[in-house]
Amino acid sequence: MRLIPRISTATLVLAVALVGCQGEEQTEIPETLTLISHDSFVESAGDTFDAFTTETGIEVELIPAGDAGSLVNQAILSKDNPLADVLFGVDDSFLSRAVNEEIFEAYESANIDTVDEDLRHEDNLVTPIDFGDVCFNYDKEWFDQNDLEVPNDLDGLTDPTYASLTTVEHPATSSPGLAFVLATIDVYGEDGWLDWWAEMRDAGVNIANDWNTAYYSDFTRYGGGSSIVMSYASSPPAEVIFADEPPETAPTGVIEAGCYRQVEFAGILDGTEYPESAGELIDYMLSVEFQEQIPLTWFVFPANQDAELPPEFVEHTAIPESPARLAADEIAENRERWINEWIGVMEG
Amino acid sequence: MKRIRWGWVAVAAPPVIFIGYFFVYPLIRILVLGLSELSVGASGVEARLIRVGWFTLWQATVSTVLTFLAAGPLTWAVSSFEFKGRRLAMALATVPFVLPTVVVGTAFVALGWQESIGAILAAHVFFNVAVVVRTVSTLWSRIDPRIQEAARVLGASEWDVFWRITLRLLRPAIAAAASIVFLFTFTSFGVILILGGFRYATLEVEIYRQAVTLFDLPLAAALAIVQLVGVSGALYWYSRYQERTAVSWTLERGTNLRRPKGRARTGVLFATLGTLIALAIPLSTLVSRSVTGTYYQALFRDDPVVGVPAHSVLNSLVFAVAATLLATIIGVLAATVITGRSGELSRWFDLTLMLPLGTSAVTIGFGFIVALDWPVDLRATRWLVPAAHALVAIPFVVRSTVPTLRSVPAETRDAARVLGASPFRVWREIDLPIVSRAGMVGAAFAFVISLGEFGATSFVARPASATIPTMIFRLLSRPGQTSFGMAMALSVVLAGLTAAVVMAIDRARFGELGSF
Repeated sequence: MRLIPRISTATLVLAVALVGCQGEEQTEIPETLTLISHDSFVESAGDTFDAFTTETGIEVELIPAGDAGSLVNQAILSKDNPLADVLFGVDDSFLSRAVNEEIFEAYESANIDTVDEDLRHEDNLVTPIDFGDVCFNYDKEWFDQNDLEVPNDLDGLTDPTYASLTTVEHPATSSPGLAFVLATIDVYGEDGWLDWWAEMRDAGVNIANDWNTAYYSDFTRYGGGSSIVMSYASSPPAEVIFADEPPETAPTGVIEAGCYRQVEFAGILDGTEYPESAGELIDYMLSVEFQEQIPLTWFVFPANQDAELPPEFVEHTAIPESPARLAADEIAENRERWINEWIGVMEG
Repeated sequence: MKRIRWGWVAVAAPPVIFIGYFFVYPLIRILVLGLSELSVGASGVEARLIRVGWFTLWQATVSTVLTFLAAGPLTWAVSSFEFKGRRLAMALATVPFVLPTVVVGTAFVALGWQESIGAILAAHVFFNVAVVVRTVSTLWSRIDPRIQEAARVLGASEWDVFWRITLRLLRPAIAAAASIVFLFTFTSFGVILILGGFRYATLEVEIYRQAVTLFDLPLAAALAIVQLVGVSGALYWYSRYQERTAVSWTLERGTNLRRPKGRARTGVLFATLGTLIALAIPLSTLVSRSVTGTYYQALFRDDPVVGVPAHSVLNSLVFAVAATLLATIIGVLAATVITGRSGELSRWFDLTLMLPLGTSAVTIGFGFIVALDWPVDLRATRWLVPAAHALVAIPFVVRSTVPTLRSVPAETRDAARVLGASPFRVWREIDLPIVSRAGMVGAAFAFVISLGEFGATSFVARPASATIPTMIFRLLSRPGQTSFGMAMALSVVLAGLTAAVVMAIDRARFGELGSF
């Protein structure tokens, strides 16, 4: 029993010491930097940050914060006392909200020149790290067996033969679903996109609530009735890598029409005690060393053009040449209206 | 002259502090933050909100009634009879409760049940049968059979005995189970998103959409308040009902299970097998999809992307043990306070403890983010996970303990006091033995709630250690046969683990009877 008061005194001293440490400017290198991101990034990260630790002596602690939307909201809610030093995983659809709330400190990475101009943020408030294309996938075996041509543009898809074989995700409940709706707006413009959807509706397109249902239940490859589903450009390589026995060629292919590009950014959270080290971490994330690990770890494409793609990505998929993309501000302003208009047409 | 009863303060302090710090304080902070920016909502929103509110209410009510109808036969069988496989049946019925919604959703979609209100209701029944079976059978199996025998001797038919005596005596437990099922389905989220889609949004789904997707915090806060008011209303009615209907009678210390004979035997057979088969249909699609490759072995291999999936089992177990200890201690103390004091104060305390079950996970999660950096920064630490799980689990401990505690006649305690026992001794000798058994039911629920990752944890920053449900989710969100197969295999492991834990806890409960 005697021990108890002594322990609490010790804890108190420690606590006071810790509190005393806070609030100082960065005068030395921190032991640990924290990086907050969405669950899927953190859970796959493995040893991808080890090289940074070896190089700088700084440990990187990763904090998962739910999905991409939940991540950005948490960063905004905690902006007076940030949860981490760096945030990674904000994409175009949430970027303008994060920018308006002023959660980021601008930073121009030493490696930014390796990135295509189109991907960069104009004020360097955030740094592009990777991009992924949401694209239609088709079941090669099914198309072979049924002796059917694969459609190669969105207009061709409205043919009832194809539309009734197609599954897309609902834009209100699924992120690839929303991305594809944005793609149709980019392709057909505000005046024409709903007409395209009305044709698809009449021709019998199938709508799934989420990617999971679309891919693992509705796709002919997994026993469903659709041989064309909205998925990712990286899905065919994944089919090869995560197959029971890796096949020679991917069982699925990508249709380049109707792809939408999602870019993911990293940013220094305003209020961090270690802005300089946080900048180094972002430089590392944009270095060839880290960037070349991106495809096989997260199944998206590296933003750094000097990074080489692994053979699976070279052989089994293609990076679409001119994917659709809308400005972050435009998305933030119109998303709710677009979704409602889409629902009006598709669900009447 | 009133003397402060320090014993009571000591018992009441932990639950009050816990619920105050981890629930009331974050909730107030986030609601104030949201409402401070409230302006008049956009036009057209109201119509949708009325539709959403009405749908939330009626689907929860219908789901609760259907769950009772579905759980009735099995509850009767396990409460009245001792038969081979009884404990196994109860454990198996608990399995659906813990499965991640994304897995059950996949199973239901595989069966072709989707995009309909029927699928939603069926899934709600599937998930919640265990709540009714376990909560009600605890009380039912310990009704003194002499009461029913006396009625039979006086000429009552079996039906009369059931309707007029058994059911009346069971009312507190039925109300307890009903309140939990109602709250769970009232705040349904994953099931609705996967099986219902956008058309069938509940308040919970709408709060998530407004807060996370559209970042309309004021509207989300307003919706959260609507949800809280609805839930509080239902709970207030429930707690008055429970107080009014609690009947003190001599509870048997042990259970009163007979061997089924004749017609009863057939009945037990049908009730048990029928329920288990119905529950097994969605589960069997998981099992059959998990054995089409070497997916169980793959769980132990180092996957290039997610690491060794089997490690998630260890992480889940550590969190579950911590959450169970926390929820059981706090819950039993709280139940003691609630039953020891009658009146408004204790009723409000009871209600507050139940509220986390009926509060949207997004609200609580975001509340943690704005509030829990004081006095020490608990955000993104390991402490948050068991605390968040315990918040959802405490109501189960309280609900399974309170009816049992209430049924201890006051005279028993008075007699002990007259004989010179101190309040602590009264508690230890009379309440504790009874409470510990009921508490075990709650503990089992707490454990599986934590295994299933219920509540706010999916919306808060937390330490990076994958649990079983997050690992399943991760595997299910990437393409490839192996990914899918491993997700199914890990789901079967989760189901098996749940069944094993529940059986072990039931057995511990059984063994303990020898000490009386």
